[in-house]
Amino acid sequence: MSEFLHMGGYAFFVWSSFGLTAVVLLLNVFFARSALRRARLHALRRIKALEAERAPKT
Amino acid sequence: MYLWIHKLGSARYFYAFARVVAPWLALLCALLMAVGLYQGLWLAPADYQQGESYRIMYVHVPAAWMSMFVYVVMALASAVSLIWHIKLADWVAQVSAPIGASFTLLALATGCLWGKPMWGAWWVWDARLTSELILLFLYLGYMALSDAFDNPSTGAKAAAILALVGVVNIPIIHFSVEWWHTLHQGASVTKLGKPSMPASMLVPLLIMALAFKAYYGTLLMWGVQAKVLEHEYRSKWVRELLMGGKR
Repeated sequence: MSEFLHMGGYAFFVWSSFGLTAVVLLLNVFFARSALRRARLHALRRIKALEAERAPKT
Repeated sequence: MYLWIHKLGSARYFYAFARVVAPWLALLCALLMAVGLYQGLWLAPADYQQGESYRIMYVHVPAAWMSMFVYVVMALASAVSLIWHIKLADWVAQVSAPIGASFTLLALATGCLWGKPMWGAWWVWDARLTSELILLFLYLGYMALSDAFDNPSTGAKAAAILALVGVVNIPIIHFSVEWWHTLHQGASVTKLGKPSMPASMLVPLLIMALAFKAYYGTLLMWGVQAKVLEHEYRSKWVRELLMGGKR
């Protein structure tokens, strides 16, 4: 196991590559999910505003 | 009028499609990534020249491939949006740009981390590295340009033109290792004939490449859903979809 982590002396380069990739990929996922949640909330708020505008007239 | 209905219909159709497909793509991505990492980091043998450091390839190469693939998708979507004025195509391009930029950044950064132990330098102004850096600037330029106008559709049009002009860089990146004498090693998978890599090294690379594709697909599906909600909230089906649960 420690030999595996050692990566033949290239541990720093190998693990920082994989670590950096993981961080960037996970950040993208986080941003995409929060953008989707935000879009859903905004759309809902706008729809409600539109309905409220329409309601008093009828 | 027909065009309007058509547009609305396709956004609605695509939204439903994206909603169904996204979780499956995410699952596929997670599975492929788990298998690819296990095989690439654990099962695959060390390289006879580069030792264990070559394992950086399992993130570097898929990221680099995706940086070009996403750009081509973005350019095609831009062409579709310029020619047929399909909003969905614009959204695909706009959602793709930051994802592609992050793949490009990863390809460059992991390339530095591979270059340092192998070449003794983090960075060299070699044709492959330079053209990949230009790709990053194209992505950033696209993103900046599409936000630079008060009228979003003017921005989208300007950015789409930039994306199309920039596509010339893609073959330059791909063939840079053949056209110029570069420090960057030549292609070892896509060259004609047999790839110069044993199956035990190649299979995990291809699995990782598929995992990155599924990853992009997942993010694209989520991103386009967000764009549809952002722009189509006036339509009846979005209202029914979002308010449906509460009535």
